[in-house]
Amino acid sequence: MTDERTMEAHRYPDGSITYPGHLLGPGGEEAVGTVDLSEYTAEIVTWTTSTAPPPGVDEPNHLAIVEFDVDGEPVRAIGQLTTGDVAIGDEVRPVYVEELRDPDAGIRERESQEWDGFRFEPV
Amino acid sequence: MDSVAVIGASMTQFGQRDAWIRELLAEAGQACLDDAGVSPDAIEHLYVSNMASGEFEGQTGVPNALAHDLSALPAYTARIDQTSSSGGAGIYAAWQSVASGASDMTLLVGGEKMTHRTTAEATDVIASLTHPVEYKHGVTLPSFAGLTARLYLDTYDAPRESLGKVAVKNHKNGVDNPHAQFRKEVDLDTVLDSPIVADPLRLYDFCPITDGSAALMFCPESVAREYTDEYVVVSGIGGATDTHVVHERADPTTMGGVVNSSEIAYEMADLEPDDIDVAELHDMFTILEFLQSEDLGFFEKGEGWKAVEDGVTDRDGDLPINTSGGLKSKGHPLGASGVAQAYEIYAQLMGEAGDRQVDAETGLACNVGGFGNCVTTTIMEARR
Repeated sequence: MTDERTMEAHRYPDGSITYPGHLLGPGGEEAVGTVDLSEYTAEIVTWTTSTAPPPGVDEPNHLAIVEFDVDGEPVRAIGQLTTGDVAIGDEVRPVYVEELRDPDAGIRERESQEWDGFRFEPV
Repeated sequence: MDSVAVIGASMTQFGQRDAWIRELLAEAGQACLDDAGVSPDAIEHLYVSNMASGEFEGQTGVPNALAHDLSALPAYTARIDQTSSSGGAGIYAAWQSVASGASDMTLLVGGEKMTHRTTAEATDVIASLTHPVEYKHGVTLPSFAGLTARLYLDTYDAPRESLGKVAVKNHKNGVDNPHAQFRKEVDLDTVLDSPIVADPLRLYDFCPITDGSAALMFCPESVAREYTDEYVVVSGIGGATDTHVVHERADPTTMGGVVNSSEIAYEMADLEPDDIDVAELHDMFTILEFLQSEDLGFFEKGEGWKAVEDGVTDRDGDLPINTSGGLKSKGHPLGASGVAQAYEIYAQLMGEAGDRQVDAETGLACNVGGFGNCVTTTIMEARR
């Protein structure tokens, strides 16, 4: 997924979209397509700056829940911000990062998941 | 059907303890046996609520260890892990074991040993419950609290000070709890001037890292009367699960698991929110007390902060919340917390809460795992 530098969300038969995708979506149905959220901008729903991040994460760690509008369908995501100088309602765009966190510093096994992804940068 | 009764309860000193998980569990377990007047060989089921003894300490198999340490063999044993709501899930399992007729005497012991780890290590163990898309960004439970607190304050035009007043209230309550980790009042300025942890939340908006254990003894009401004339019944209990990925929730300021679990519990007990005399809520972070007090139906959405401002949830208010001091002051040894919440309700209903005593016949405990990911709501009523 993110090896191709896409921020892949799943679209379900009822029209809803989730990030990340799930094996089964609303109504227990499988996804019928994908959407690359990295091609869209989003709006900050809320944000925080964590000054006590876990091992392997830069301090301070600016985080936000953002909402994309994909042809009228809202889809939310969470991720790091490139700056803490933001406000609710600001527009941001995804920016690819090869390693969001040191995979060897925390409790989770390096090979169990991907560590690249997208930070959100104010537009 | 025979109601499920609670005939004994105990909790250890919460805080930084020299004891390890086996010793903590045994301490609370033995004290509960003594409190209930039950012999170990009467135990048919034994459940241990614990999130991460393997990750924290390298000790697994804790139910087996506890059964042997308490001479409760050959009781059926199981470990209940539902992260921070392991205690509530343990209450559910213990209740089920008795209600189903599988056990006539069930001991539940919840415990966690955490303080030998650094704050960063402990935070990472807890954050390991998150989805990979959350974990790789360094999302922790405190950061979820910061995200939600900012949105709540913005959406409902609540003052930052109202969150601080939750901390002030619960620390004040904790002074009179001999088991609490912190028995010291804090003033609002201290809370608001403390270091930022997850903006807009500060150090005093968060519960501490804690060692401790608590226990409850369950049996059918008919059996309870063989032991005592005064006991408590579990009149309602409900469990529910919300999304694993927190940002997928339609309204981040609503905890769906709290709404759903409490609806089940109220219906089972044939009670309404107004019938609750005292409540223990999962104030791992101050913002959670607002969210739960609203999602349990005590207050309208967006009005929970006003109840704290108006003193409604003070010990002498119309609905005392967290008379124990809550997780905020009492401490939060993950697997023990849900059991300790019920311990406080039990003590209040039995008239054994000492200086914390309020006038109560019906109490509610709401135990939350993750950031509302898993929830158990328990309603208890006094029987005399």
